[in-house]
Amino acid sequence: MSVSQLAELLKQNEEQILDKWLSAQRAAGIRFDLIDERNVQDNSRDLLKAVIMALAQDADDFDAPAWKPLKAQLERLSRTQARQGFSASETATFVFSLKEPLFELIQNQSQYDNRVDLVWLVNKLVDKLGLFSVEYYMAGREAVIREQQESLLELSTPVVQLWDGVLAVPLIGALDSNRTQIVMESLLQKIVETESDIAIIDITGVPTVDTMVAQHLLKTITAAKLMGARCIISGIRPQIAATIVHLGVELGDVVTKSSLADAFKLSLKELNVRLVGNAR
Amino acid sequence: MTKTQTLPLKQETDIVIIRQRVRKAAEEARLGLVSQTKIVTAASEIARNALIYGGGGQCLIELANRDGRAAVRLVIADQGPGIADIERALVDGYTSGSGLGLGLSGSRRLVDEFDLKSQPGAGTTVELWKWK
Amino acid sequence: MVDRIPILKMGKYLLLSIQVDMHDQLALDLQEDLTEQIVRHRAKGVLIDISSLEIVDSFIGRMLSHIANVSRILDAKVIVVGMQPAVAITLVELGLSLEGIATALNIEKGMRWLENSVNEDEIAGEPESDEDTDAPSETGN
Repeated sequence: MSVSQLAELLKQNEEQILDKWLSAQRAAGIRFDLIDERNVQDNSRDLLKAVIMALAQDADDFDAPAWKPLKAQLERLSRTQARQGFSASETATFVFSLKEPLFELIQNQSQYDNRVDLVWLVNKLVDKLGLFSVEYYMAGREAVIREQQESLLELSTPVVQLWDGVLAVPLIGALDSNRTQIVMESLLQKIVETESDIAIIDITGVPTVDTMVAQHLLKTITAAKLMGARCIISGIRPQIAATIVHLGVELGDVVTKSSLADAFKLSLKELNVRLVGNAR
Repeated sequence: MTKTQTLPLKQETDIVIIRQRVRKAAEEARLGLVSQTKIVTAASEIARNALIYGGGGQCLIELANRDGRAAVRLVIADQGPGIADIERALVDGYTSGSGLGLGLSGSRRLVDEFDLKSQPGAGTTVELWKWK
Repeated sequence: MVDRIPILKMGKYLLLSIQVDMHDQLALDLQEDLTEQIVRHRAKGVLIDISSLEIVDSFIGRMLSHIANVSRILDAKVIVVGMQPAVAITLVELGLSLEGIATALNIEKGMRWLENSVNEDEIAGEPESDEDTDAPSETGN
């Protein structure tokens, strides 16, 4: 069977293959700004060992358990590279550059008459590994994107304290359900932490409000009320006011003010705070 | 904790135990505090329904996986009379008992997936999912 | 499991703090006990602290509404304090807004609200002869 034959061949020439593979990688260009020589060597050696191990178990079906450790290693490697900033083709090149030394090796085995079969097998194997590594690379990238989105959401929703007992959230940019929900949670949490009676939600910087967002704002206000705090919405622009009416969203007894300043003044009044100018 | 557990639902105090176990499972799945609270509340509502209208049954709690996200899956089943008109039972304010009629419809809003199976005479099974 | 939730009397007010995961019978008992104590102590206000409650489902929500309604008839103000954000969000999503129940962020603010609204009532009403009108009550009944 050619699989075991290949395994034997690889085992006997492990060091030689590794050397050639490394020079093939060097020829294709290694990102020494992202990874050092030492790591490239270790990664290559580990992967080659895993390939030989899997082949030695005589399994030519890639879903067989024999291939699991190799796949796991490839996954770890590709995900790390995605995080480190390698491009997809750089990650794939790492695997694909293994083809050349293997082809060369088989080419030189004139004692075998099934060299074409072996070349075909190597071709299939390396292609498959290349596809796996790209797939894992993509998954790694997606995870990075998801994390960035989450931290961006947190960054873009500051809750600030304007006065003892008065909080404000200046919302800027488009609101989607996800972001509105995060604002809602961090606002309510901050209300508890600061024991604030009044929270001002300023939507001056919000270009549009759809039904979902309006509903989320209303839910926030109702939840704040359940906790014992009041909300004021400020900075509703004319188009948004028209949209809210048009959408038929019932704002009920929600207090609205045209500007953050007006909302703040109202808050101070409700807290019985009087501002006195300096008499000269 | 094991990945799956089945708890009895025979008396009122079982609802409290179910709530505590669901909370634990939700913590283990690393759901956020709000999501935890939502799935526990939904479990409480559905379990009470199963006890009062279905005469009791059982609750399965599973630490599951949904498209790579950690999830809690609950299956609450009773052997009661079942629900004849499921569409209507899921409308806010509809109740066959003395409650506010928010149990089913409200719980549906608290979870990420809600599946209700029922046939008159053959009991009711509600499956709830909440994921990270 | 706990079989009763203690109700404390402080002057004109009754205080209770729910600190256990309540089963339904406990909620029903509490409802009954509280009604009975409002009458017995002629309480003017009730403060319910739910800051340790991890969930409020429709059953407990209904209990709170019921307590508020009964108390109103018995001329006692009710305030619910300390609801956790996650609990509040969940209640709203569930579709319960506890209409007509006064709320405050913590016990301190709740007490202040109770005192203000009870005092307002007394000033607005006829000057009461048998009860202290100027100083805060220390003695109770």
